[in-house]
Amino acid sequence: MAFLETYGSLLLTETGKTLIMTFIPAIISYLVGIPLGVLVYVTFPGMNSIAPNKPLSTTLDYGINITRSIPFIVLLVAIIPFTKLVAGTFIGVKGAIVPLTIAAIPFVARMVQGSLSELDKGVVESARAMGATNSQIIFHVLLPESLPSLVRGMSITTINLLGYTAMAGTVGAGGLGDVAIRYGFHRYQGDVMLATIIILVVLVQIIQAIFDLIARKIDKSK
Amino acid sequence: MIEISHVCKSFPDQKQQDLHVLRDISLTVEQGDIYGIIGLSGAGKSTLLRLIGLLDTPTSGTITVNGKNLASLNAREKIDYYRTIGTVFQGYNLLMQRTVADNVAFPLKLSKWEKSKIDSRVKELLELVSLSDKASAYPAQLSGGQKQRVAIARALATHPQLLLCDEPTSALDSLTTQSILDLLSDINRRLGVTIVIITHEIGVVRKICNKVAVLEGGHLVDNGLVSDIIAHQNHEITRKFFGKEEV
Repeated sequence: MAFLETYGSLLLTETGKTLIMTFIPAIISYLVGIPLGVLVYVTFPGMNSIAPNKPLSTTLDYGINITRSIPFIVLLVAIIPFTKLVAGTFIGVKGAIVPLTIAAIPFVARMVQGSLSELDKGVVESARAMGATNSQIIFHVLLPESLPSLVRGMSITTINLLGYTAMAGTVGAGGLGDVAIRYGFHRYQGDVMLATIIILVVLVQIIQAIFDLIARKIDKSK
Repeated sequence: MIEISHVCKSFPDQKQQDLHVLRDISLTVEQGDIYGIIGLSGAGKSTLLRLIGLLDTPTSGTITVNGKNLASLNAREKIDYYRTIGTVFQGYNLLMQRTVADNVAFPLKLSKWEKSKIDSRVKELLELVSLSDKASAYPAQLSGGQKQRVAIARALATHPQLLLCDEPTSALDSLTTQSILDLLSDINRRLGVTIVIITHEIGVVRKICNKVAVLEGGHLVDNGLVSDIIAHQNHEITRKFFGKEEV
């Protein structure tokens, strides 16, 4: 009880920061990542390609790979000028949201591309044979048919972001990861570290369960 | 209705040498025919159907449907052409996240029909394929034969004059195959829809086709009225297909 009295409010505030740093980048990265992933998928040249465009496809592919190969902790520092430009500051929660979003966008694009690739090519071909235009194929076939898979991907993205927020402590953003390092590691307070781990485990379980439930509810193909 | 004239199709393979899938194919499908295209796998029959359906273009030769050369169509005319033909696939290719009614309504929505017209047309089509009670079911809840009925209803939605069927019964058991074939010949008789049907099963040709083309290794080895082909059996492959059973 004494533990909760001392650290309860700290853990609560930091949990709140962690959730903000997880969900805001998750939402923004999906707003950008879905169109990007669709673009990568439809422009990929090959048989049954929807709108093949080799230069665009190659450019996007390299861009995504390059961004994804930068370790997050390096990205966080490397884009400080950009972060300052967008958020006005590069420290605190606000300063962390920008690099978290930038790191998540290419990841989301790949997840979206993966979900679309799982679709039966025959379904796209039959839509084409019915006279569907490219935009009708995207909005009436690709996205609605892959929605359950997209939702499952969202749980992976969100939980990944939750992990990344631990590194946001480097720029003074706080959050549970930061608490675990400062109290648990630097001050040898194992009980605080354990408490943050328990909270993180619970958060991951809840996030996973919610997305799984939604995916199951909307998926009519099983 | 369909004039196929000296059509060749080749695909570049890994060694950049052309793989000839179709060689100098010429045949004519008349209005009202149920035209079977039979061959072993790899004979080129699906490629031929894809060319007629404008899902691919021939390397040389021309395909004319209702007087229009398919190669001359612009983007807009292509979409109009797609809407005058219906296609049924072996794998059904239904939208798994939509109900049966929404699947049938799909081509009508693509063609921007009015909502009330779509509803009545969907009702009519589901009655035609005897699936009125499954309107709000999802494809995953249906049997293979029922899925193919949905696919046929969907293919007929926009009142096409031509129905292309790519191995429509190959994934079905024999009893279900019979009922799908009965449905197709009923559609041909009552609605006057011309049907081109690809198959490797001779039973399909015997049961519903009036004409047949036999493909082997990309060559058209024989074609004409089913009764003539059976009577003459001029070619080895034709004998293989037709010889086993009594006429």
